[in-house]
Amino acid sequence: MSARVTIATTLRVLRQLRRDPRTVALVFVVPPLLLTLFRYVFDGQPQTFDRIGGPLVGIFPFVLMFVITSITMLRERTTGTLERLMTLPLSKLDLLLGYALAFGLVAAVQATVTAAVAFGLLGLNVEGSIVVVVLLAVGNALLGMALGLLASAFAQTEFQAVQFMPAFVLPQFLLCGLLVARDQMAPALEWISYALPLTWAYDGLQRAVDGGDAALIARDAAIVFAVTLLALALAAATLRRRTP
Amino acid sequence: MGLLGPSGSGKTTLMRAIVGVQVIRSGTVEVLGLPAGAPELRHRIGYMTQAPSVYGDLTARENLDYFARIVEAAPERVEDVLETVDLIRLSRRPVRSLSGGERSRVSLAAALLGRPDLLVLDEPTVGLDPVLRRDLWNTFHRLAEAGTSLLVSSHVMDEADRCDELILIRDGRILAQAPPEELLRSTGTDWLGDAFLVLVEGAS
Repeated sequence: MSARVTIATTLRVLRQLRRDPRTVALVFVVPPLLLTLFRYVFDGQPQTFDRIGGPLVGIFPFVLMFVITSITMLRERTTGTLERLMTLPLSKLDLLLGYALAFGLVAAVQATVTAAVAFGLLGLNVEGSIVVVVLLAVGNALLGMALGLLASAFAQTEFQAVQFMPAFVLPQFLLCGLLVARDQMAPALEWISYALPLTWAYDGLQRAVDGGDAALIARDAAIVFAVTLLALALAAATLRRRTP
Repeated sequence: MGLLGPSGSGKTTLMRAIVGVQVIRSGTVEVLGLPAGAPELRHRIGYMTQAPSVYGDLTARENLDYFARIVEAAPERVEDVLETVDLIRLSRRPVRSLSGGERSRVSLAAALLGRPDLLVLDEPTVGLDPVLRRDLWNTFHRLAEAGTSLLVSSHVMDEADRCDELILIRDGRILAQAPPEELLRSTGTDWLGDAFLVLVEGAS
């Protein structure tokens, strides 16, 4: 492992992103726009928007980083740059951490912009700390990144990688408790929801918005972090130096 | 050392085995006295894949800056290798906007960065104009004289006599390994393409 190679990788990934201004614009503009859309969709039920708006600030980065990472890593595989890197003195951890730093940074900016729109312009109430919401959002982005890295190992084409988004992300989004309280679901689904990381991410966000118990927020964040590490370890195992 | 054979003969598989990215089903590969794929070798081998393995959205210079940091090459090396592959003029354009030949030169430049002891180059001169091809072969000879081992694959026979030694390969089997003059003498031919045919017919 080498900090020099990790940082070089982070800078390289950020430089690639900068070369694609449209993607950068989408990353920073789409979440606030979607949140605004939610605000007016629930125009007649402001209490619903008050309930889901805050947590959404921290869920968008999860969805987005999943997509961006799975496609970026798939490109590394298909263009042969991953094979070149595997012949060089670069450890897999350097590569994964390099990605994590770059996307973590992007997620932090994205969550800050979204939070500013949500709690500023759209007037969402927050009892707790906005900083905690943004920090949790970055943690969720890293979870999305780790799952995206893992998913990319199972995709052979970009079409497949894009389809993994609804397959991996949408069920978690439906079951996490954001749209419908989990105890209103069929009992089997409620149990399944506890096995999904986004459920804990959502709980943490909701507590952070409502000014809930700090110890419980820390527990939720720790669960999300543990799943992130597990997914990263599995992703590292799928990054083979030798391939057929 | 030239590795020659038709498409699908196993040139790339052999090269990947040597640089340590190929799953080897049986047998062992030893490179520079170490088992292929050993971490110590990653500083000592430069590998250029057949398809240009560089980042299309970055410029040649940005690609090389990144790879230079990984192999711990001095920043001036980037300028050196850009000059070697004659890309200084195009070095600030995104690689995606370059032609196929130019892209593969960026890929070659990346393999040269770390002054490796062994250079494994998979069809480095495909799609290049004759002048540049000659210049690159001169570079390869200069590197070889300075002590670098080069393994260069090609499916074009007219590049074969530029090598000090040739390996002819077909269907995953090595047909012959010898200097070009010796291959011509032993097969009684005066062109390496014919020598290859004689060897193929002798083997079957």
